Amino acid sequence: MYTDILIIGAGVTGCAVARVLSRYEAGITVIDRGADVAEGASKANSGIVHAGFDAHPGTLKAKLNVEGAKMYPALCEELGVPYSQPGALVLGFSEEDRQTLKTLVRQGEENGVPGVRLIERDEVLAMEPNTNPEVVCALYAPTSGLTSPYEMTFALADHAAVNGAKFRLNEEVEGVTKGQDGLWHVTTDKDEHTCKILVNCAGVGAATIHNMMSSDLLHIIDRRGQYYLLDRMQTLPFRMTMFQCPTKMGKGVLVSPTVHGNLLLGPSAEDIEDELDTSTTAEGLKFVLDKCRLTWPKATTRGTITNFSGIRAHEEKGDFVIGAVGGQENAYETVGIESPGLSAAPAIGEMVGELIAREQGLVKKGQIVPPIARKKPFHAMTTEERAEAVAENPLYGNLVCRCEVVTEAEIREAIRRPVGATTIDGVKRRTRAGMGRCQGGFCSPRVAEIISEELHIPMTEVTKCGGTSRLLVGTIHDAMKEGC
Amino acid sequence: MNSKCVDILVIGAGPAGLAAAIAAKEDGIDNLLVLEREHNPGGILRQCIHNGFGLHRFKEELTGPEYAQRDIDRAREMGIEIQTDTTVLSVDGKTHTVTCVSSAHGVEIITAKAIILAMGCRERPRGALGTPGTRCAGIYSAGTAQKFVNLEGYMPGKRVVILGSGDIGLIMARRMTLQGAKVLACVELMPFSSGLNRNIVQCLNDYDIPLYLSHTVIDIKGRERLTGVTVAKVDANRQPIPGSEIEFDCDTLLLSVGLIPENELSEGAGVKLSPLTSGAEVDDVLQTNLPGIFACGNVLHVHDLVDHVSNESFRAGHAAAAYVRGQLSGGDTLDVRDGDGVRGTVPQRIRKGVSEEVDLMFRPSGVFRNATCIVTCGGREIARKKAPIFTPGEMAVVKLKPEIVAGLDDTVTVTIERS
Repeated sequence: MYTDILIIGAGVTGCAVARVLSRYEAGITVIDRGADVAEGASKANSGIVHAGFDAHPGTLKAKLNVEGAKMYPALCEELGVPYSQPGALVLGFSEEDRQTLKTLVRQGEENGVPGVRLIERDEVLAMEPNTNPEVVCALYAPTSGLTSPYEMTFALADHAAVNGAKFRLNEEVEGVTKGQDGLWHVTTDKDEHTCKILVNCAGVGAATIHNMMSSDLLHIIDRRGQYYLLDRMQTLPFRMTMFQCPTKMGKGVLVSPTVHGNLLLGPSAEDIEDELDTSTTAEGLKFVLDKCRLTWPKATTRGTITNFSGIRAHEEKGDFVIGAVGGQENAYETVGIESPGLSAAPAIGEMVGELIAREQGLVKKGQIVPPIARKKPFHAMTTEERAEAVAENPLYGNLVCRCEVVTEAEIREAIRRPVGATTIDGVKRRTRAGMGRCQGGFCSPRVAEIISEELHIPMTEVTKCGGTSRLLVGTIHDAMKEGC
Repeated sequence: MNSKCVDILVIGAGPAGLAAAIAAKEDGIDNLLVLEREHNPGGILRQCIHNGFGLHRFKEELTGPEYAQRDIDRAREMGIEIQTDTTVLSVDGKTHTVTCVSSAHGVEIITAKAIILAMGCRERPRGALGTPGTRCAGIYSAGTAQKFVNLEGYMPGKRVVILGSGDIGLIMARRMTLQGAKVLACVELMPFSSGLNRNIVQCLNDYDIPLYLSHTVIDIKGRERLTGVTVAKVDANRQPIPGSEIEFDCDTLLLSVGLIPENELSEGAGVKLSPLTSGAEVDDVLQTNLPGIFACGNVLHVHDLVDHVSNESFRAGHAAAAYVRGQLSGGDTLDVRDGDGVRGTVPQRIRKGVSEEVDLMFRPSGVFRNATCIVTCGGREIARKKAPIFTPGEMAVVKLKPEIVAGLDDTVTVTIERS
């Protein structure tokens, strides 16, 4: 199958690049091995839009983080993605930490981050009274924000799709070669593709893809981060994102509200062998809780909704690798997109997309289709708005997820979107059905039924997250016939 | 937006809501409405197709649907209106205004003189346990699996490990076995089961399903669908003992690790909850801290037997009717406290000067053999009950006779005295 531009990887970076390129006259296909977009690091990270003081001045991480963070408020508004800007503190507990924080403040100033300053203990405790009183000082970053990383990815993908980008999911790239015809030949487990322009945004798999094209090898370290996600509560212990001083392994363990009002504890940082091993471990979770106690002495996992882990693609030289693939024509890449990758993603999309457009002489479309307007979620509507919504579409009257107050109308809409949900997890991430305290105990049978109806597949084909993750092994009659 | 007024609004048409509505109607309350979020009334009993319900109340062994149907039929005969497919979104505890939604009627605002909370309970999910591992398909709470099998006709898996020995888990061990699945083990963290003894015998022992007490699941494996779990023995502090690991090859893990009263609406209304029961704190007629708001059934505290749910809910229904008529005496109350060996006694207070029978219901805090439950009032013994065994898996009930209740003048304490 031929496409002008083939993007490998439908994470937040690949989708951001696809969206920018979809402004131009070119056929775009995005391939991902996951059953959904945002199946890698984009679904499992802290969801922080970092202010931009962490990265060393002069690095791509610094530049793109600051640029990306500036784009977030307007982009989220345009795409209907949740965003808030509660600010962040980086806590210092010693004079040594103070020196580190001073360096971070200087970096922040140099990187062009607005309003970063060092504050003393009293001000920290006045801002966040549940902070460990042993805190000495903190870096205060008022522009630190929160978003929903997977919802951002869905929205970018949907916007690219309404402008013509095709998404091929459940498809894994196995080989990349340059043909005699000058085209890239990409072999997957399902098909053969040819394309003029190849863009590698493959997350933890990006080095593997890079090394298929280039002799200048890259090496990605798969760095797993484990988290606790706690239920939404009446009053969260912290309003802001609470960091500790960064270490070699990353930004350290944070305690932060999520943009949806849950509380997130994590991540750990462990280098692992298997880039797909997103399991959690007793040691990793214990590490997270122990570390959190430094920030929050009363830290508790009471009210835990789930624990999860995500894998950051750490390129061993430490910076993002972005641009044309060295020594190759018509090949571009974004490799080593770990934190602050989510924050930087919109800027990476612009940088890579516009680079490709310029170098390849792409022609801008006469008309770009605006994003599909997103309806306010039912749970966030006023009583009057709810009444109107049900009057307009009675399916808003059928509540499916009682914990997160999600209606049948919203679940069907999530499946019908341009890059719609096809799995239980896909519905969960788009609508929050099953994201609450009962963990889908009540709603998952109904969600499965709706997926089965919308996609015209039998109930026994409905999966949690694609592949063999079927919910059901057969009807009770099958089970009796076959035996077990 | 529609709005209407009723005398009594019952939230939930499971066994609790139905019994409360029937009692209120018997007392002559005609302007009565029951709201139910599911398409059919009956609550969780609809999926409990095994028998053993109704032994106390009907002196018969009924299945869950049969038990529910008796109340549904009775409610229909009495002309009680049950509005199904309707979800309550919020309850205002001060104005007694309830906002609900349905596709048939849109958003409705209902004001009630009295409200009876009968929303039932939900299962504790995996997240609450913090079990590490993967987040693959094949992990269900026992009740979700029960719904798939009994109401939808689907098998969630073929090789099953059950974590927790709650009653639903035990019932599902038998149900999955009868349906052709292989149940490999039932694993319980505590040194005793949290289920009814009769269920251990009839659902595990009769099918040679091993029960691993003082064990838990410490790892969950499988990238897409579950492929196995690791079980380990735990020490006295419930920490896994290294070297005691047992690997199970399974495609399904069912969780039966406790039930939690579903009190989100109550909390929103300002109802004071007990940290021990996770249900409302109530007086002897099941009235919460908010006048005219009553709670009964599993939303108040988790019961083992539906017969007890019904009896408790009749009481709530009668009391709500009396409240509507202005005939419910209020005034001072005496606290009921948990003594040694006792957890979460309901009711938490008794009105002073009433002379009606009161059932004190609680969970023993451990397994006590040949023990005696003693109830005292200001140090004076007012009731006692001996039992060959008290266990957390079986709710204990001690009755206070009307003449005893009439004479109460101080804090009531419930204690289990071990021999």
